[in-house]
Amino acid sequence: MPVFDLATTELRALNQALHALDKSGASEDFEITNPRGAHAVAVGIDAPVNVTIKGSVGYYCAGMNEKATVTVNGNAGPGVAENMMSGKVVIKGDASQYAGATAHGGLLVIEGNASSRCGISMKGVDIVVKGNIGHMSAFMAQSGNLVVLGDAGDALGDSLYEARLFVRGTVKSLGADCEKKEMRAEHIELLTKLLADAGITDVKPEEFTRYGSARTLYNFSVDNFDAY
Amino acid sequence: MCGIVGLFLKDKSLEPQLGALLSEMLVTMTDRGPDSAGIAIYGADQNDLVKLTIQSPEPETDFSGLTEDLRKAGIKNASILPKNTHAVITVSSDQIDATRSALEDLRPNVRVMGTGTAMEIYKEVGLPKDVLERFKISDMSGTHGIGHTRMATESAVTTLGAHPFSTGSDQCLVHNGSLSNHNNLRRELTREGIRLETQNDSEVAAAYLTGEMAKGKNLGEALTSALDDLDGFFTFVVGTKSGFGVVRDPIACKPAVMAETDAYVAFGSEYRALVNLPGIEDARVWEPEPATVYFWEH
Repeated sequence: MPVFDLATTELRALNQALHALDKSGASEDFEITNPRGAHAVAVGIDAPVNVTIKGSVGYYCAGMNEKATVTVNGNAGPGVAENMMSGKVVIKGDASQYAGATAHGGLLVIEGNASSRCGISMKGVDIVVKGNIGHMSAFMAQSGNLVVLGDAGDALGDSLYEARLFVRGTVKSLGADCEKKEMRAEHIELLTKLLADAGITDVKPEEFTRYGSARTLYNFSVDNFDAY
Repeated sequence: MCGIVGLFLKDKSLEPQLGALLSEMLVTMTDRGPDSAGIAIYGADQNDLVKLTIQSPEPETDFSGLTEDLRKAGIKNASILPKNTHAVITVSSDQIDATRSALEDLRPNVRVMGTGTAMEIYKEVGLPKDVLERFKISDMSGTHGIGHTRMATESAVTTLGAHPFSTGSDQCLVHNGSLSNHNNLRRELTREGIRLETQNDSEVAAAYLTGEMAKGKNLGEALTSALDDLDGFFTFVVGTKSGFGVVRDPIACKPAVMAETDAYVAFGSEYRALVNLPGIEDARVWEPEPATVYFWEH
């Protein structure tokens, strides 16, 4: 198993080794030690490899990920799994702001709390947060699912497009054009799958409330004419 | 960007290492802002004595013979300890104002960076590593301190534009962000008689807190008022003689990480700044909440 000790190895050597992997074939698992808050750890992987990071990382860990499974045994700094395309990223601790921003696909699991702007402009990713999320989460989220086992901060889902938001706890406030929606059978089914994918077995999908777009910002309203 | 750090010790046995720990934290943040760097350190309180940290662009000329000149001007117990471009003048606490005005007459190029019974401030243009080495910060001991490495946005890259800013005795502030209502506030504070030296937005934040504390508020209360009265982006780390505070604006886009153990409370713009602290593996590490005041007191 390749082990990269970032206390003694350049970050670039690690990322280049990950970029050199076969895009379709199986690879040996990677282990990364002593990340010590480094930025851009394991970014831009495009191969079905398992990467385990032992410690906390800084900005943009696992950004642009495709196919890989990246596990952080620690906390993640801002922009974890930003623009992920596919694969899975698991943060065992907390994640800082804009986790999963603009991500197109894959699954991001945050076992602790996520701070502000979680899932901002998400475009198809599934994000499961076991703890709470901060303010302005899912701002302008376009597609995908955000599942929160704890509470959400202010202005959840502001200017939301078609992403689905499921919150088990309280929501401090909803953003513009975000509203509470009915949980239908299809949503229970979807949530059951998402929870299972995230390895969560002790929580029932019926405990969640669904939020989504009221779609009033989609078209120009003549009542707002004076604002322009 | 800008990088800010702070360290507030609870365990006295770490005090001799304060300068070294803080220096390492700040140097790690160098790539967040390479323009200038500075540090404020709270050392031992000396009975009835006050320290003025001064700075001169021509230290050799300005600092030579200054003790004698001050004594001739009536500052009897003045003593001076030069450190590169800075010097610490120690005088009796009742002679602080007299010393300031004597300095204005005797050495017009000298700037007072800060005053206090415990606090010393060192800041210059340049990389943190170089600035900290010039002043031998790693040899300093103390109870708490804050540091800053600057990427200038709101005023020129000069020594006076570097952080920390001190606008009151034993008070200092470092700021990551930019304020949008600082010009108005500067006018109001000047009218209240608070002395401001620069056109820098962060100095206004420091002066604002000085003004609020002068009205009888403690550090925590002053920081709470700041959330209402300061407009813009900010993560502040603030020191007083016995206190250490942190506050972020409600949008909270300027990064912040904190760690606490039985031995210390530490602040960094990023977790990288904290990784060399003793016992960090077992520390409680968290991101301070938006619009929430955190403060500790010795």
